[in-house]
Amino acid sequence: MLLQGKVALVTGASRGIGAAIADALAAEGAIVIGTATSESGAEAISARLAAQGGAGRQLDVSTPGAIDALVAEIAKTFGDVSILVNNAGITRDTLLLRMSEDDWDAIMSTNLKSVFMASKAVLRGMMKARVGRIVNIASVVGAMGNAGQANYAAAKAGIMGFTKSMAREVGSRNITVNCVAPGFIDTDMTRALPEAQRTALVEQIALGRLGDAKDIADAVVFLASDRAAYITGQTLHVNGGMLMP
Amino acid sequence: MENIEQRVKKIVAEQLGVNEAEVKTESSFVDDLGADSLDTVELVMALEEEFECEIPDEEAEKITTVQQAINYVSAHLSK
Repeated sequence: MLLQGKVALVTGASRGIGAAIADALAAEGAIVIGTATSESGAEAISARLAAQGGAGRQLDVSTPGAIDALVAEIAKTFGDVSILVNNAGITRDTLLLRMSEDDWDAIMSTNLKSVFMASKAVLRGMMKARVGRIVNIASVVGAMGNAGQANYAAAKAGIMGFTKSMAREVGSRNITVNCVAPGFIDTDMTRALPEAQRTALVEQIALGRLGDAKDIADAVVFLASDRAAYITGQTLHVNGGMLMP
Repeated sequence: MENIEQRVKKIVAEQLGVNEAEVKTESSFVDDLGADSLDTVELVMALEEEFECEIPDEEAEKITTVQQAINYVSAHLSK
C-alpha cells in the first residue's frame, strides 16, 4: 500500500470529491481524519473510516482557532498530520451584477482562507518531520473562468498561486504542495446545474463524460504518495480533456 | 540542569545541522552558521518550545546571533 500508517487530514470529507478522497487514502493504508461542518456528518465519516483506523471530526473552517485546535488534537490522538488535503469548498453562483459582498466573502473565507489556515496549522509538524504532502483541490474554473462563478474562480485561482508560493517556501524541507484541478465531476454540486447546461458541458469534454469523484481521488493519492516526491508547485488537471492549459 | 547558554547552543546546533563546537556565542545564524530565512523562523519556534515562551515577530527579527538569543531568553524567562 502506498500510504501505510500515514496520518491524513481531509477537509470537507462527508460527500462528493472529499468523501472519495478520504476513502481512497484509507484504502492505501492512511489513517484518515475527515472533517464535516455538522456533527452528524462527522459521525458518518467516523463510521465509514473507523475500520481503517480513521475518524470524522466536526470543523467549521471559518471559526477562528478551530483548525489549530483540530490539528493539535489529531497530533495527540493519531500523530502529526503528514498529508493534508484541502478540499472543503462551497459555491455561491450568481452573475457578477447580482453578486453580493456576502457571496464574495463567504467563498473567500471557506474556499481560500481555509487553505491558508489549515496549511499553516500542519506546517510545524511537517517541517519537524522533514516530510509532508499538501494537496489543494482547485478547479478547472480557476484556470479558465466561468460565467456566474467570479467568486469561486477567483478563490480557486488564488489556491493555485498560494500553492506555488508555499511550494517554494517549504521545498527545502521536503514538503510538496500541489493542486488537483477537477473538471466537471458528477457530484451534488454539479447535479444542481440545469440539464441543458450539463449537456452543453459534456460536449466540451474530450472524453465525453463528466468525471467521477474517484478520478480525482486517484490523482490525490498519487500526489500524496512517495511516487510524486519530485512534483511540487504544480496543478494537475483532471478534467477529461475539457481544458488543456 | 544545563544553563541557558548551553541549551540555546544545543538547539541552534540541532536546528541548523551544525556541530555544537561550531556554535559560538558571537556566531551569526545567517553569516556564520549558514541559516536561511526559513531556518531562522524554525529556530525561533524551537526556542519558544524549549523555553515555553512566545517570542513576538518583531522581537524574533532582532535575534540574529547566538548571544542575542541567549539575552532574549535570559531576560524573558519567568524564573
